[in-house]
Amino acid sequence: MKLRSAIYLASAALALAALTLAGTLPSGAADKVDPVADAKAFRKFFTDKFPKVKLEDFVNGPYSMNEDLYRQWQDKEQFPPYEFSLEMGKEMFSKPFKNGKTYADCFPNGGIGIRQNYPYFDDKEGKVITLELALNRCREANGEQPYSYVRDEMAALTAYMAFTSRGKPMDIKIPDDPRALAAYENGKEYFYTRRGQLNFSCATCHVQSPGERIRAEILAPALGIVNAMPIYRSEWSGMGTTSRRFTTCNSQIRGVPFNPQDDEYRNVEYYLSYVSNGLPISGPGARP
Amino acid sequence: MRNTTLTSALILALFAAGATSALAAGSEDDFKAAYAAAEAANKEAGKLRNQWTTTATTLAAAKKAAEAGDFDKATASAKEAEALAKASIFQATSEKTRWKDMEIR
Repeated sequence: MKLRSAIYLASAALALAALTLAGTLPSGAADKVDPVADAKAFRKFFTDKFPKVKLEDFVNGPYSMNEDLYRQWQDKEQFPPYEFSLEMGKEMFSKPFKNGKTYADCFPNGGIGIRQNYPYFDDKEGKVITLELALNRCREANGEQPYSYVRDEMAALTAYMAFTSRGKPMDIKIPDDPRALAAYENGKEYFYTRRGQLNFSCATCHVQSPGERIRAEILAPALGIVNAMPIYRSEWSGMGTTSRRFTTCNSQIRGVPFNPQDDEYRNVEYYLSYVSNGLPISGPGARP
Repeated sequence: MRNTTLTSALILALFAAGATSALAAGSEDDFKAAYAAAEAANKEAGKLRNQWTTTATTLAAAKKAAEAGDFDKATASAKEAEALAKASIFQATSEKTRWKDMEIR
């Protein structure tokens, strides 16, 4: 009990010291939001850190960080583990709803080859719309129940749509709208904010430590990380959506995850996608 | 004489131990107060969108111990949950500005 009290006391003292220090540091809160400069600096950071990795290879996550893993990945791509999901998604995509319409009726170009434009900022709603959200809204608009954001059906649909965009450069727009800039900035803040009892931010793993091991895994670089979504993860023995990735990341650092498609997740996907502009869509991907 | 003294000392020690134990034993009221404080702190962390999973599990452990009638354990767990919740509040508050330190520029 005494030891616990001592730990609490020490933690409180440390916290107070950190708070005092934080108060003296420049907050930078008044910085101008400049997505173009951010994306340039983001790309430079990773290409400087990994000069041997080709820019387009960053989308292959941990496989781009390690030669042995890269070879394993090339072998894996001969019989990709996401193939079953791709087939399922293709079938689901073309199967009409009860009212006779299909997903193609909800999307530009019939939903083919458009993955690289998601998420986008919707000026009517004033919020970020992700592909997963747009798919469920399409279902609901056509009288169907929405799918779970973290389960196989959503992974299959997004896998198929990503596949039809393979090789196309990510092309996220930030309109000249203060609400869009705020969504982008909030996404950035979320990405760099430490949370959970382990005191990790997204950047702790994917900026500070890509290529390093965390337990048995090799961490992926943040540059291009969303271009490969959705992914088959051997650890999950199945497919995972972007929503699944975000919520499990939160749990793993002992933070209570939000609901999939809450504003925080939509905004962080917007930020991560924007700073990965120009890198090819590689989804669906496979990860260890 | 030596035996009597020894017996008296032992009895005294037992009384003292009993008294200490009675003083340290958490009552149901102590638990309820500690649990309410922990829940309030965790609710505050929720408003800041930064609850920790460990706070929730420690709160659950406190409730379970209380249901089993072990109010010492229940109170200790509730106090631990409150400390965790307060730490998550501190983290959320300080990160409002400190996240910028990690940003790629």
